[in-house]
Amino acid sequence: MKNIKISLLSKVLLLIVAALFVGTLFVPMWQIQLDAPQYPEGLVLQLYANKIGGDVAIINGLNHYIGMATLHTENFVEFKILPFIFGGFALVSLLLIFVAKRKAVLWLFISFVLFVILAAVDFYRWNYEYGHNLDPNAAIVVPGMAYQPPLIGYKQLLNFGAYSIPDTGGWMLMGAGILLLFIILKEFKFNKKKEIV
Amino acid sequence: MKNNLLNIAMAFVLVGALFTSCKPKDSNDAVSGNAAQKAYVAPGKYDEFYNFVSGGFSGQMAVYGLPSGRLLRVVPIFSEDAQSGWGYNEETKPMLNTSHGYVPWDDQHHLNMSQTNGEVDGRWIFANANNTPRIARVDLKTFKTTEIIELPNSAGNHSSPFITENTEYVVAGTRFSVPPDNVNGDVPINSYKENFKGYISFVKVGKEGEMDIAFQIECPGVNFDLSHAGKGKSHGWFFFSCYNSEQANTLLEVNASQKDKDFIMAVNWKKAEEYVKAGKARKQKVKYAHNVYDEKTHTAKSEMRTEVLVLDAKALKDICYMIPCPKSPHGCDVDPTGEYIVGSGKLAALVPVFSFDKIQNAIKNKQYDGDYEGIPVIKYEAALHGEVKKPGLGPLHTEFDGRGNAYTTFFVSSEVVKWDIKTLKILDRAPTYYSPGHLTVPGGDSKKPFGKYMIVYNKITKDRYLPTGPELAQSAQLFDISGDKMELILDFPTIGEPHYAQVAPADLIRNNGQLKFYKLEDNKHPYVTRGEKESKVVRTGKRVDVYMTCIRSHFAPDNIEGIKIGDEVYFHVTNLEQDWDVPHGFAIKGANNAELLIMPGETATLKWTPDRVGIMPFYCTDFCSALHQEMQGYVRVSPAGSSVPITFSVGTNFPPATK
Repeated sequence: MKNIKISLLSKVLLLIVAALFVGTLFVPMWQIQLDAPQYPEGLVLQLYANKIGGDVAIINGLNHYIGMATLHTENFVEFKILPFIFGGFALVSLLLIFVAKRKAVLWLFISFVLFVILAAVDFYRWNYEYGHNLDPNAAIVVPGMAYQPPLIGYKQLLNFGAYSIPDTGGWMLMGAGILLLFIILKEFKFNKKKEIV
Repeated sequence: MKNNLLNIAMAFVLVGALFTSCKPKDSNDAVSGNAAQKAYVAPGKYDEFYNFVSGGFSGQMAVYGLPSGRLLRVVPIFSEDAQSGWGYNEETKPMLNTSHGYVPWDDQHHLNMSQTNGEVDGRWIFANANNTPRIARVDLKTFKTTEIIELPNSAGNHSSPFITENTEYVVAGTRFSVPPDNVNGDVPINSYKENFKGYISFVKVGKEGEMDIAFQIECPGVNFDLSHAGKGKSHGWFFFSCYNSEQANTLLEVNASQKDKDFIMAVNWKKAEEYVKAGKARKQKVKYAHNVYDEKTHTAKSEMRTEVLVLDAKALKDICYMIPCPKSPHGCDVDPTGEYIVGSGKLAALVPVFSFDKIQNAIKNKQYDGDYEGIPVIKYEAALHGEVKKPGLGPLHTEFDGRGNAYTTFFVSSEVVKWDIKTLKILDRAPTYYSPGHLTVPGGDSKKPFGKYMIVYNKITKDRYLPTGPELAQSAQLFDISGDKMELILDFPTIGEPHYAQVAPADLIRNNGQLKFYKLEDNKHPYVTRGEKESKVVRTGKRVDVYMTCIRSHFAPDNIEGIKIGDEVYFHVTNLEQDWDVPHGFAIKGANNAELLIMPGETATLKWTPDRVGIMPFYCTDFCSALHQEMQGYVRVSPAGSSVPITFSVGTNFPPATK
């Protein structure tokens, strides 16, 4: 069982997975779109692997009314680590083409899923932190009101509608995950005969 | 008997009804059923065209959307504008500097948009000042006046700022001939013929729009009125209408209306360029201001220039030619092909159309009718393409639709007449309300008109709108000219008194790289404050410089002490916002000038001389945010010689409150 090698197709798919991981380093992974009557064109906060992008200055300017802490890339250790994590995933995917063991692919997939869960928890934690840790001396204090953006989906925060969804990089990561899952299913389920032989 | 009486009464009623029905129709009849639909632009939708309209005696330029007629903005050019601080703040005061010193007002008559290959290109718009002769350039990326050049040897710069087809030159002319600046002007007024000269100026326009007087041409003393450049085949020529060839210096309404014909002066400017290059121009000592607004420092500089090159039209025989034109011509308009030149004699009963080819032939064959003050006069018939017969009364201006039609306004008979340029046949007439001056068709004086609309600017408004006392707004009227008949679709009031206007397709301006705000990192203002931490108050003798920032919703500093009577305080306020449409205002009690209106990323300076001891509040005047009413501060003014030190703060009570 340990000797079973993955097919050529799976190797090609692994190459694509590696490319997707590398690509994620250059495009935003996640976006929080904000709409308000005064911003018909919308504002967007974009999370890259290594920085916060989009209309950060404007959003920071607006958030001072409600006493939300300002967002700065350097305050998040995540943006230093994430590029290495994606780089690591890309490297491992490439190595697997040569190692070509299906069990190894399975481990890669499991660790990726674990990463996604951890990332979601981390994202939620920060959202909670920024949404709740408000300056008590802020100009606008609405009793009981928190400004935690949704983990995913839509939520109305005072005059702003916040819409939290994956950006290009997020979809690429999702693609990488689906491809990995496909390789595993293909290698474990449909290659059972090979296994016996 | 009773029956007879009844019959007579009936007859009176009938005759009365007959007379009443003979009365000209009510103006409402001029509007057709779907006019509202044609002029309607739904809320949130954009207009199809930008309409740039001269402000006349307001000195400014108004920008309207067409076909809605909605006023989009008023751009200050030649007059102070208290609301934006134009001419009041330290940065823009130099823009209104002239050889006469600071001039706070002017009369802005004509606008001409920059062109490339004879088509409007949406880069800049040029504006003339009639009273103290100047030309301004407005940058259409910022809708801000960025350059003003004064014209020496001139008075009443009316035939300006018309441009050549690649914006090589913008011209100026003198409506009131006067003795040149370098001679003793202390002469009897009735020595007009001997001492008064008419100067026309060719101002070179550089790649970035920068203006420089390339040369002037000294012509006989007449009144130069309007002008237009040749285009296409006639590129290289310029045509100026002139009246008062009688050279009267008093009661011109009679004395300048004596001759049957005055002139359109054709200027071969390519030839003039050659003469300048060949060193035929003389250097003349003059004094004129050249003012430039720098977008990086947000500050204007005024420089005095002292020399100009002058060509003598009389001595150099082949740069100027006079074409007789009946009677006291006003408008001088060149059709899109460049072949036909339309002269509109204010008092003439016909409209002559001259042919460029015929003019060239006449010059070649020397078909002259003597000379006027040393300038050859071409035979009228030799230059004439034909005359529009019985067109109306008081022709003033002509525009073109690019389909072979011309549209001429008639002041006295209060109408616009559409006619065929080639056949000179009248095709349609439409009444206007009342007494039109200029008119404009989008691109109507270029090679490529967008002949969908025509706007007529009327001189008399009377009963067109709800009354507002003795003083009324002026009136513009929009016509749909896409069909055979001109169709009135909208009236709209205008600021000042509109004269010539320009129209460009909306996309040409919208997509020209419109600036939304000034980048703070590019702000090179000498007194910029890039962040609250850099804000400070610096005393240098009696001068106090306040380096102040503003951001929603506070100033930094907002508490200032240590100002004394006798100080001159300069508030250099930087707007730290970096987003579209977040201006802040700054006003302080007792300021003897105006407010500041500061765009995001911009720095502006207000000079303030405190006149009394006490606490003087300042505040934001532009409703910037939900906490705009909180955006305020205080300055403590102490007596001269007081020992209160300069202190400044925001957010902390410093120095600690004491009794």
